[in-house]
Parts: sequence; C-alpha cells; structure tokens
Amino acid sequence: MSESTSESATAPKTGGHGAHGLDHHAGPDDHAGGAHAHGDGPHLAHHFDTYQQQFDAGKLGIWLFLLTEVLFFSGLFCAYTVYRGMHPEVFVYAHYFLNTTMGAINTCVLLISSLTAAWAVRNAQLAQRKLLVLNIIITIACACTFMVVKFFEYEHKFHDGLLPGPAFHPTEQVWELESFKHKHPEAAEYAEKLTKAAEAKDHAKAAPAAVAAGAAVAPETGVFEKPTEEQLEPLLKAGVIGPTAEDPTRPSKPRNAHVFFGIYFFMTGLHGIHVLGGIGVFIWLLLRANKGQFGPKYFGPIDYAALYWHLVDLIWIYLFPLLYLIH
Amino acid sequence: MASPSATADVVAPRSSSSDNYLTHDKGVLSWIFTLDHKRIGVMYLCSVLFAFALGGFFALLVRTELLTPGKTIIDHDTYNQMFTLHGAIMVFLVIIPGIPAALGNIIMPLQLGAKDVAFPRMNLASYHLWIVGALFMLSSLAINAVDTGWTFYTPYSTTTSTAVVPAAFGAFILGFSSIFTGLNFIVTMHKMRPPGMTWFRLPLFCWALYSTALIQVLATPVIGITLLMMIIERTVHIGIFDPTLGGDPVLFQHFFWFYSHPAVYIMIVPAFGVIGEIIPVFSRKRIFGYKFIAISSLAIAFLGFLVWGHHMFVSGQSVLAGTIFSAITFLIAIPTAIKVFNWITTMYKGVIHLDTPMLYALAFLWVFTIGGLTGVFLAVMSVDVHLHDTYFVVAHFHYVMMGGAITAFMGGLHYWWPKFTGKMYPEKSGRIGATLVFIGLNVTFFPQFILGSRGMPRRYYNYLPEFQPLHVLSTLGAYTLGIGFLLTAFYLYRSLKNGKTAAANPWGGATLEWQCSSPPPYYNFHKAPVISAGPYDGYENLMYDEKIGGYIPRKSSTST
Repeated sequence: MSESTSESATAPKTGGHGAHGLDHHAGPDDHAGGAHAHGDGPHLAHHFDTYQQQFDAGKLGIWLFLLTEVLFFSGLFCAYTVYRGMHPEVFVYAHYFLNTTMGAINTCVLLISSLTAAWAVRNAQLAQRKLLVLNIIITIACACTFMVVKFFEYEHKFHDGLLPGPAFHPTEQVWELESFKHKHPEAAEYAEKLTKAAEAKDHAKAAPAAVAAGAAVAPETGVFEKPTEEQLEPLLKAGVIGPTAEDPTRPSKPRNAHVFFGIYFFMTGLHGIHVLGGIGVFIWLLLRANKGQFGPKYFGPIDYAALYWHLVDLIWIYLFPLLYLIH
Repeated sequence: MASPSATADVVAPRSSSSDNYLTHDKGVLSWIFTLDHKRIGVMYLCSVLFAFALGGFFALLVRTELLTPGKTIIDHDTYNQMFTLHGAIMVFLVIIPGIPAALGNIIMPLQLGAKDVAFPRMNLASYHLWIVGALFMLSSLAINAVDTGWTFYTPYSTTTSTAVVPAAFGAFILGFSSIFTGLNFIVTMHKMRPPGMTWFRLPLFCWALYSTALIQVLATPVIGITLLMMIIERTVHIGIFDPTLGGDPVLFQHFFWFYSHPAVYIMIVPAFGVIGEIIPVFSRKRIFGYKFIAISSLAIAFLGFLVWGHHMFVSGQSVLAGTIFSAITFLIAIPTAIKVFNWITTMYKGVIHLDTPMLYALAFLWVFTIGGLTGVFLAVMSVDVHLHDTYFVVAHFHYVMMGGAITAFMGGLHYWWPKFTGKMYPEKSGRIGATLVFIGLNVTFFPQFILGSRGMPRRYYNYLPEFQPLHVLSTLGAYTLGIGFLLTAFYLYRSLKNGKTAAANPWGGATLEWQCSSPPPYYNFHKAPVISAGPYDGYENLMYDEKIGGYIPRKSSTST
C-alpha cells in the first residue's frame, strides 16, 4: 500500500522510474561517486531532487541515530560507573567468572567484521559486485560467530548459577576457580585454609566433644600465622573476606555479588540485540546487493549499515575491558 | 523588493477542491499507510486530541475528588491512579507530540518549501509507534492502573503492585516515536531547504522545532534506557536502583530528570515557535528581533541539559551541586525573557487583529510569564525547600505546560485550521472559547499558588478544612476549562461540514504555507519555490479580498 502511494506520487513529478526523468533531476549537482545516472532511477525517492541530496540526508540521519544509540548505552555505562564506584569488590569478585578468552575471540571477530563492512562500502562505490556480496557474507558470518560464542558464554553462566537477582547461586567459590588460582595461588590456598578452619569451628560448636580435636587441628593448618600480602590482598579486593563479605566468619562471596551479573547480562544482552539487528540489516542488504542494486550512484544503505556496525563494534570494545579485564 | 515569493500556487487564491492531500487517495488504508507528512500530521492531530480529551477527563475526576477533604467520588487508591494517568497521558501522549508531531508535521515542510520530510517512512513509523505506545500505556489502565505519578520514582515504582511495566514500556516506545520525529525534522531542515531558504530565512516555528528536535534526539534515549532499567529492576531485581541491594534510588532521579527537564523544553519550545508565527501576522508587523528569538531557542535547548538537578534540591544532593544547578537555572530566564520582550515589541505600534489565534497568543504571554517567573522562585534553593512538592509546584508547571504549551497548541490549531481542513471555524465561537479557556486556566491554577505557599502538599487525597475554599475555586476553574474545550471541540467539528471555505491565505501570513492552496495540494509545491525574502517581510504587499475572505498580493506587486 505504502509503495503504491509513493510511486503514484513520483509519477507526474520526477518522471518516475524512467531514466530520462532521473537524468533531468540528477543533473549537474549529482556527484555521488562521480558517475551519472544509468537507469537506476527507482532508488531516488520522489521528494529528493538529486542523489547527492538523498545520500546527504541519509548520512546525517544515520549519524544522528548513532548519537541516540550512544546516549542510550550511556545510561548503562553511567549505572555501571556508579555501582562500581560504590561497590568495587563486587566487580573484582565477579570478573574471575568471565571467560576472557571467549571475550577476546569475540573482540577479534567483531573487529574483522568491521573491516569487511567498511570494505563493502568501498566495493559498492566501485561497483565490485562479487566482492561486495562476499564482504557482506563475511560480515554476517562474523556476527553470527559472535552470537554463537555469546550463546556458549551465557550457557556456562546459566549452568554455573551465575544469574542476576534472586536466581544467583554460584556453584563454585571464587577462589576455587582456575582463573583465580592461576593469578593468586597463595591467596587461593589461604582461602581454602580459612574455610577449613571455619568448618572445623562449626564442628566444634555442633559437637562440643570435638572441641579439643578442633583446637588441635588449627595450628596444623597454619591459619593463625600472620598472612602475607599476597595471601590477603586478592581476597580483600574481591570482597571475599573483610567488611564486604556476606559471611563474616569465613571466606564467602561479597554482598550483592549478583548485581554484577545483572549489569553483565543487561549490557551484553542489549549489545547482543544490536548485533542481531545488524545481522538482519546485512541479510537484507545481501539480497539487494545480489540483485546488483548498489553502485557508485547509490550505495547509501551499505554506508549507513557499516556505520551502525562500527558503533556496535565500538560498544563491544568498551564492554570487553569494563566487564572482563577488571583488576 | 520585499514581496512574498512567487510560485505557481500563489495565483490560486481559492482552495482547489479537486485535488488536495485530503482527497488525493481514498480509503482507510490510504491513511494508515500514507507517507505524506500532512496526512501523518492529521492522524497525529486526531490521536493527540483524543488523548487530550482522555487526560482532561482524568483531570476533572481529580479536581472533583478534591472538592471536599476525604472521599468525594473516588477512593484514595483510585485517586492516585487517576492523577498518574492524567500526568502520564498529558505529558507523553499530548504535549510532547502535540505541537511538533501534529502541527509541525503538517506545517514545517510547507514552511520550508519542501515536498516532504526527509524520511517519510520513519515519519509514519513514528506515528505507528505512538499508537503502540499509547496502547501499552492504556493497557495499564485495564490491568491495574499505575499509581506512581508520571515520574515513576523508585523505589515505589519497583515495589507497588500496580501495572507499572506496561505503562513504563509504553513511555519507552513513545520515546522512540519522539526520537523519530526529532531526527527527521533535523535532517529535513538541514537537507531539504529549497534554494534561497537560508537559515535566517527560516520561520521561527522551524527554528523552534529544530531546537526541540535537538533535545528530542539527545535526551530521549536516556529516558529510554532508564525506563528499561527500572522495568528490569522491577522484574529481575538487578539492584541498580534498589538500596537494599546496594543500589541508589537517587540515581534514578538523576537519569529521569536528565531527560525530563529537557523534556520540559520539548514541550514549551515548539509553543514559542507557534507564538512567533501568530504575533507578527496578527500585528501586521515584521517580527522584532528575529535572530534573537531564533538563537534563544537554541540557547534554551542547550541550557536545558544542565539544570536537571534543580528537581532534586531535597533529594540529598550536595549544597555545592545544588548551587550550581540553581545558578544555571536562573540563566534560562534570559533567553526566555528575550523571546517575551521581542514578541511584545513586535506588537508595539502594530495593527493588532484580535482573532482567535491572537487571543490565544496574548493569553500565552500572560500565563507563560506567570509560569516562567514562578519557576525562578523554585530555582532558589532556600525557597524551594519550602515549596518543594507543594501545590505551588503544581500551579507553576500547569501555568507553563497547560497555560503555555496547550494555549499555544490551541492558538496554532486555530491559526492553521483553515490550512489543514480548507474550512474556516466560526470566529465568534472561537473568541468565546479562547476567553473561557483563559479564565478557566487562571481560576484553576492561580489558587494553587496560594494553596502551595500555605503548605498544601501535592498529590494528597485528604487536606485540612481551611484549604477547602481554594480547592473549590480551583475545581470550578477546571469545569470552566472543560466547558471551553468542549465548546471548541464542538465548533471545530461542525466547521468541518458547515464551515466557510477557507482562502489560501486567510490571515495574511507571509510564510510559505500560505502560498499553497487550503488545503495544500498533495505535492505541496509543484516546483521548489525560490525564496527571495524573509518569512515576516512583505505584509504591506498583501491586501484583503472580501470576496474570498483572504489576502492576495497587491496588483502593483511583482507577483504574477
């Protein structure tokens, strides 16, 4: 319906889809790509006088749209900053649970796709149809790879009980994680000792007969020796011991640790939705590129989609260090 | 030679009934899926007016309830829901889209001399999103109407049992609708101007819409993400705003007002634009201080982003931050005053015609000045601590929103009614309506200033007996307003059938929309007009023709 309206509107004014009417309008002002019209009139909307005007309008439009996207995400980045400022230990604690390798792979994948998207713009401008199609396909493939990796990451989180809100029940303690042990072996060992000591104490309380035994165990485990900096510092930073710990008697998770995963899923989820949107747009462009609709005069949609894709990439470039690479 | 630019359309003083945008295509679908900016504007206009009636109905319920302390007609929970719906509908569904998306959509491309907005499909999407957003918001009414106030403050909004999520999601969608309109308008004004239409030949209405569009694009995404966070906080408990989870409820207020204070200017700046059109035309005099009025809109848009903290003087904000926000807030009085002074100076020694649009414009000057100046009271921290959350605030923002934005909207509606519909409204009824609205407005809201300064808190269901006389007065004013609007609705509707056929230029305006026939042809301009004069030049070259009831170029003029 809308199509027919716009077409009927075009007919008497711009000469509609005929190449002659187009040539008349695209005239001397048109220097998009430096070439003149060769019958691809259908792509000039009736309310624009020249291809150049149409392209410029679209370009300004996409930049404004990207501005709104930046502001849209800025609310989340702001919330992240405020919460991290108030509760840094939650972020230090939680980042050990994230898979940096997978995050890094995704970063590379997105960077490659950004390159191919930019290349596709050049292909469209130079009328390299095959390369254009190829580059769009690679871009889509990278975007899909990103989502697949993201899917596995999410699945691991779900499996390990790392969910936002009341659903947060991590199956492992942070010091039991490979990522923690690898970085801070002494602290991990120390946390184990503290836990054992606390458990022993519990036993002692539960069964008074075992008090003597408990007292005997403690010195053996070495808990009461003065801990070193390496043993203590990582645990304090992660809020596992000290005033922020959930349980004051033993190493535990910091209070409100689940908030990190709320922010994590919110930010990466919203970003993921944008990736899905990008996949949709590029599939649509692929179909059009395959029909040979783009050329030196008309390459706007590829250009706009590529710009959008760069922003999606850029947001990830910020998310990756902010969520995965915390110290 | 300052004469209105000549186009082929000028010579057709009578509206051509044969082909115009209203008759170009037939059938419901030709409206629902139209890409024509005028038709989209008309659909917006009808929807906004419907929402206005609904919001007004809730307002009358609230005012009726407040006739007596304690229960009058509805219980306290219902009362909370009614004032929330009144606020949310009036802000999100009426005032924000009212002037830009309804009036502006039809008029701005015409004033610019463009064939359409830059992105017609996005324009249509904006309207469709408005409908979806409105349905979400109203679905809250059907489930269990939201009772948080239109501000959705946490932690109440994340804990109340009412249907907050549909209402907030509705506002989220309406935000996108607003962004689409704003983005479209910016690009249109940058890229669609015909030859000769320089920035300083843009009508002031376009300048106002441009400034508004900037705010819409820059501020609205923030409320979008904020409402999304609030919804997720409520459903998943992510803890950003919830103090029991280590979050910060004041952060919500910061986010909310980072949008909602600029949103105040989304509501009022287009109104400035309408007034800037009406006053010179009905004073038959060139606008005074054109550039100052144009640039002051941008100044307001810019400063509007730096003052959100003045809503939070008592929210535990530091005194230093409060002082800075307070000082910047004072600054906004400067560009605003520049506008008011320039409008008054335009009228000085003009030939003032007191037609309905001008009556609304004069009413605007009166009520907006009161509304604006009481805003300065509230920007003073020490005074605000006393007046915060009292009826003084309610009176202040109704003087600005209702008295400013809605009065200007009504003025613009009457001013452009002949252009939209091709029919004249009955002038006498129009003047009666405008007078009733003006009286009703002041009787409703002026007593609220007194109530507030005496300590009557806003949003309260119950109150002390000594406040009753003023509450009764305020309610009587609300009824007067209701009668005024009903009368207006009645005669506008009748004029569609029985109204006199409108001339192309019934008021003698010099902006381009008056050069098209009334209603405009489907294509606006068959040929892009060449603009050789400013938008307020050349009133002396127009003369009134009794026969057609409108202005035509003088014989001696160069126009053909």
